[in-house]
Amino acid sequence: MGAKGTSGVDRDSQFKKGDVIVRCRDVRMSYDGRPILKGVNLEVRKGETLVIMGGSGHGKSTMLRLMIGAEKPDSGTVELFGQEITKLSEQELYPIKKRFGVLFQSGALYNSMTVGENIALPLREHTDLDEKIISIIIKLKLELVGLRDFEHLVPSQLSGGMKKRVGLARAIALDPEIIFYDEPGAGLDPVMLAVIDELIMGLGEKLGVASIVVTHEMQSAFRIADRMVLMHGGLVLAEGTPEQIRTTTDPVVQQFIQGKAEGPIPLRLSSRDFAEDLLGG
Amino acid sequence: MRTITALGRSGLEIFWFVLGCLRLFLDFLYWLVIGPLKGFRVRMHETARQAVRMGVNSIPIVFLVNFFVGVTLAVTVADILKIFGAVEYTASVMGVGFWRELSPLLTAIIMSGFAGASLAAEIGTMKVGEELMALEASALNPIRFLCVPRLLAVIVMVPIVTLLGNIFGIYGGYLVYYAMLDLSWAQFYDKMLDAMKVKDVWVGGMKSAIFGGIVGLVGLAQGLQVSGGAEGVGRATTNAVVYSIILIIVADCIITVALYIV
Repeated sequence: MGAKGTSGVDRDSQFKKGDVIVRCRDVRMSYDGRPILKGVNLEVRKGETLVIMGGSGHGKSTMLRLMIGAEKPDSGTVELFGQEITKLSEQELYPIKKRFGVLFQSGALYNSMTVGENIALPLREHTDLDEKIISIIIKLKLELVGLRDFEHLVPSQLSGGMKKRVGLARAIALDPEIIFYDEPGAGLDPVMLAVIDELIMGLGEKLGVASIVVTHEMQSAFRIADRMVLMHGGLVLAEGTPEQIRTTTDPVVQQFIQGKAEGPIPLRLSSRDFAEDLLGG
Repeated sequence: MRTITALGRSGLEIFWFVLGCLRLFLDFLYWLVIGPLKGFRVRMHETARQAVRMGVNSIPIVFLVNFFVGVTLAVTVADILKIFGAVEYTASVMGVGFWRELSPLLTAIIMSGFAGASLAAEIGTMKVGEELMALEASALNPIRFLCVPRLLAVIVMVPIVTLLGNIFGIYGGYLVYYAMLDLSWAQFYDKMLDAMKVKDVWVGGMKSAIFGGIVGLVGLAQGLQVSGGAEGVGRATTNAVVYSIILIIVADCIITVALYIV
């Protein structure tokens, strides 16, 4: 699909299955002096599904925002398609952004537009395609997520799960090489979750798309992942295939994947002693 | 002491906010003038849609407000001018007053509620709903995509609506004139034009364009800086109206003093 500018030139020839297309090296970042990422290293290969797990506030969403160029790290490098993106200007990033899609937590559909217009937007803005072809592509993408009849509805008429599916259809409108998923399972019922998982796996198998999924739905994580990383305290604590993660002896990993309240991950985040605090010390 | 501190803090807050608006305006100019040269077109279709939404739809309320203020002003002024036996000069006051001052100011204040608040709420909701991040992630700049059409629409439409406000207000004044003196429209019109200068017309037009810019910039800037969910959107909407009214009145004072006294 002839994307405008430089992005369409050598997109298919450059990377073969198995090549690294996302590489983060020693990424560090802090908010208001509080370190969120303390030197994260990550690699994603073409066609593979990487699941990033971790508790809330342990840096996985920040990692995602760094990889899509929405934020810049304090130090370290983020490479997409072999290009360092942290030093690029907004406009230099555009050709790269056209090669990946993002499914946001809420779907992030444009509420003022219909479902069809949502999917058409990247096509109309970034390609020279004829309206007839665009309308065919809309139908194709909606069929892929099972919502072909919903083209003319507006987002407020859709349920949460449908919004996510439309969000996914929009994310794949330009046939991206990587898709980022921000908590695709949040707020979905188990059946819908399985449907979204099927879609993620299908895209990887059929189209060779690399998927980076941030989630803490354990069942779905083990179902879709080729490789998993667990982030804890701003670092990658464990990395491996689902089987390796499942059988690891690390107590933090085990507590997390089994969802236990008791274990090495502290419940209480206060730094001061409880008794001291009560006594006004 | 606490009051002074609070006053200083809100003054500083407005100062930083105005700086933010100026930055947004520079971005606006970039995407309006330089952007198209680099192949990023201005969305004219969307601009037209926004012009209808914010300009055309506001005409009924602009009519009501200007018309009734016109009637009230005419009655008040005629009452005083009667003492000097110069009631027919009501027409002069209406002309100069509305063209130079009243219609630009009244219309801009209406627009700060009608357009500014809705811009802040709209953009703020989009920010909270990750829509702005979604635009950025699909290589679309939110300033170019959302702010340029809206700001352009409001800068063009406020002067046009102000012009209509002039007509409504002066017509309201004329009705009073007609009821009290039984004079014709032609006589009213002559008296009005006698007192007016060409300068009054272009100053009024220029003012309303500037006010339109203020309404748009403040609304958009408030929307863009929303954080913290629905509560943040509510706060931005209120601030958009309050800040734009303050800035409009300050700008009005500066322009009037600069152009008519200095």
